[in-house]
Amino acid sequence: MMTYIGYSHYLILSAVLFTIGVFGVLFRRNLIIIFMSIELMLNSVNLALVSISKFTQSADGQIFVFFVITVAAAEAAVGLAIVISLFRHKQTTAVDEINLMKG
Amino acid sequence: MIWHTIIFWILAVLCVGCALCVVWQKNPVVSAVFLVGSFLALAGLYLNLQAPFLATIQILIYAGAIMVLFVFVMMLLDLHHPFDLYFRFTKPKLPKTIALGLFIWLLCALILAPAFPLAFPESGQSFTVAQIATLLFSKYAFPFELTSLLLLVAMVGGVVLAKKK
Repeated sequence: MMTYIGYSHYLILSAVLFTIGVFGVLFRRNLIIIFMSIELMLNSVNLALVSISKFTQSADGQIFVFFVITVAAAEAAVGLAIVISLFRHKQTTAVDEINLMKG
Repeated sequence: MIWHTIIFWILAVLCVGCALCVVWQKNPVVSAVFLVGSFLALAGLYLNLQAPFLATIQILIYAGAIMVLFVFVMMLLDLHHPFDLYFRFTKPKLPKTIALGLFIWLLCALILAPAFPLAFPESGQSFTVAQIATLLFSKYAFPFELTSLLLLVAMVGGVVLAKKK
């Protein structure tokens, strides 16, 4: 039946979004788009946590989402600062041209 | 119940479509706009799951603050390099695609293994902001304080990293 939306629907949507994020990280070469894919993966985990919180009827999952959003904000701030610093040195945001630590 | 289903499918298709556009779009600014669309659809899904506080936070912080930061950095960097180099490698695409297919197959198998109840309970109530805040300041008070430390470290780190030498 298509008329019933259960928890597995939300979890599978979350898995699909996570895989799209992994796809972006693996295939794209622009550093900023890789960052956006990471944000997408964090959001898919948030969706899974919210649906699990609904399943267990407790607010703990929502608190976890709160923390994940805070950590994502901190990660975006530091990551974009690194992008600016890299761009100042190399004049590019393409990840294949950033190979200083390749040895 | 039927509205819940209809809203879920609309928002799910919107969310996945915007996410695919984020990954496939060549221009990072257009990609950021699609990411905002995806976040708004996720906020609607949170509302559908009876979590209105998180939907508000999602719109305010993700679609507001974080995406403004992204667009601001893109404006600052003045990205005018050629976009023709699209993928990192052009040849070894097949193994990664197979690995991704196996990954999503594994995730779906893990999700479908425990038998979740088919539909939502009708009696489910949403948590109020007061309930969430009580839990946050009693059971999770120490992680909450650690979060403030994390934000301070991130702020100082961002200033130090982006400062002109």
